[in-house]
Amino acid sequence: MRRFATPLGIFILLVVLLGVGLTLDPRRVPSPLIGKPIPAFELSTVRDPEQRFSQDDLSGRVSLLNVWATWCIPCREEHPVLVGIARRGEAVLYGLNYKDDLNEARAWLDKLGDPYEMSGFDRDGRAGIDLGVYGVPETFIIDAEGKILYKHIGPINDKIWREDLYPLVQQAEEKLK
Amino acid sequence: MIYRSRVISLSAALMLVLTGVVAAQVFEAREFKDPENAQRYQTLINELRCLVCQNQNLADSNASLAADLRQLTYDMILDGKSDEEIIEFMVERYGDFVLYRPPLKPTTLMLWIGPLLLLVLGIWLLLRQLRRRSASPVENDALSADERARLERLLRDDEARSDPLRSD
Repeated sequence: MRRFATPLGIFILLVVLLGVGLTLDPRRVPSPLIGKPIPAFELSTVRDPEQRFSQDDLSGRVSLLNVWATWCIPCREEHPVLVGIARRGEAVLYGLNYKDDLNEARAWLDKLGDPYEMSGFDRDGRAGIDLGVYGVPETFIIDAEGKILYKHIGPINDKIWREDLYPLVQQAEEKLK
Repeated sequence: MIYRSRVISLSAALMLVLTGVVAAQVFEAREFKDPENAQRYQTLINELRCLVCQNQNLADSNASLAADLRQLTYDMILDGKSDEEIIEFMVERYGDFVLYRPPLKPTTLMLWIGPLLLLVLGIWLLLRQLRRRSASPVENDALSADERARLERLLRDDEARSDPLRSD
């Protein structure tokens, strides 16, 4: 029996290591921007080419910055969740419309509802690059000082909102009081 | 048969040539006045990872983000930025993961020394096994009493069958 002990031990170790590996998502790359001020940007908005949207709009209160696009299929799945969050007044939402078509973006908001205070129109994706965006949809939680608290990659569903994001938003708001 | 194997080796050679062409495809034609900058551009886009596809570098990926980052790399080189500045620009936004050659620091320590540790462990196990084998002579070559009896019986049967003069 003893001569099987070493290979068996190695086998079990490998199974445990690979098992843990399976539960991790390789697409979730930790952002180096966490804890840092949101990078500067200045964009027009989806609704109004004259309106300016910049990093300054994101300070003063806790907010979410959601990166979306009409060509992004998971965004469609996520959108009703965002509309729900805004309707219940659980968080202040801003949008970053990433490398999209302006008319389609407007039509999307008209048809599916507009949960955003405003949506910056990032036509060439340059603001997205400064935010380290690589997989739309992405959502940043930004505190009242304009610092990035958290970044969620992929669509938000009700469970993720209730369990992961909303508690962080509430915590950050708690600190302000 | 000879004909068929020639066809096979020819098509294998053709496949190799074709994959070579695919791997060397260039998405955008870049012009540099200075050939040294052209070389820097190639090195940078080959060493930076595309985060959308994860297992491709910027040079090989046709993702739209990779195209944007190639453009930025090109612009920064023309702006006279150093390699370090360009790499810092990428790491500030996407983290160490963007580098195919990550820096040596506590979180990446296992990545760097892990393979070496495994190699040392493997050599140690191998040496231990070899030493143990040469130290103790093979134990089980002696037959047990039962086995010896069976061997004798088999040999006897064999003799009996192969002797044509013997009659029972």
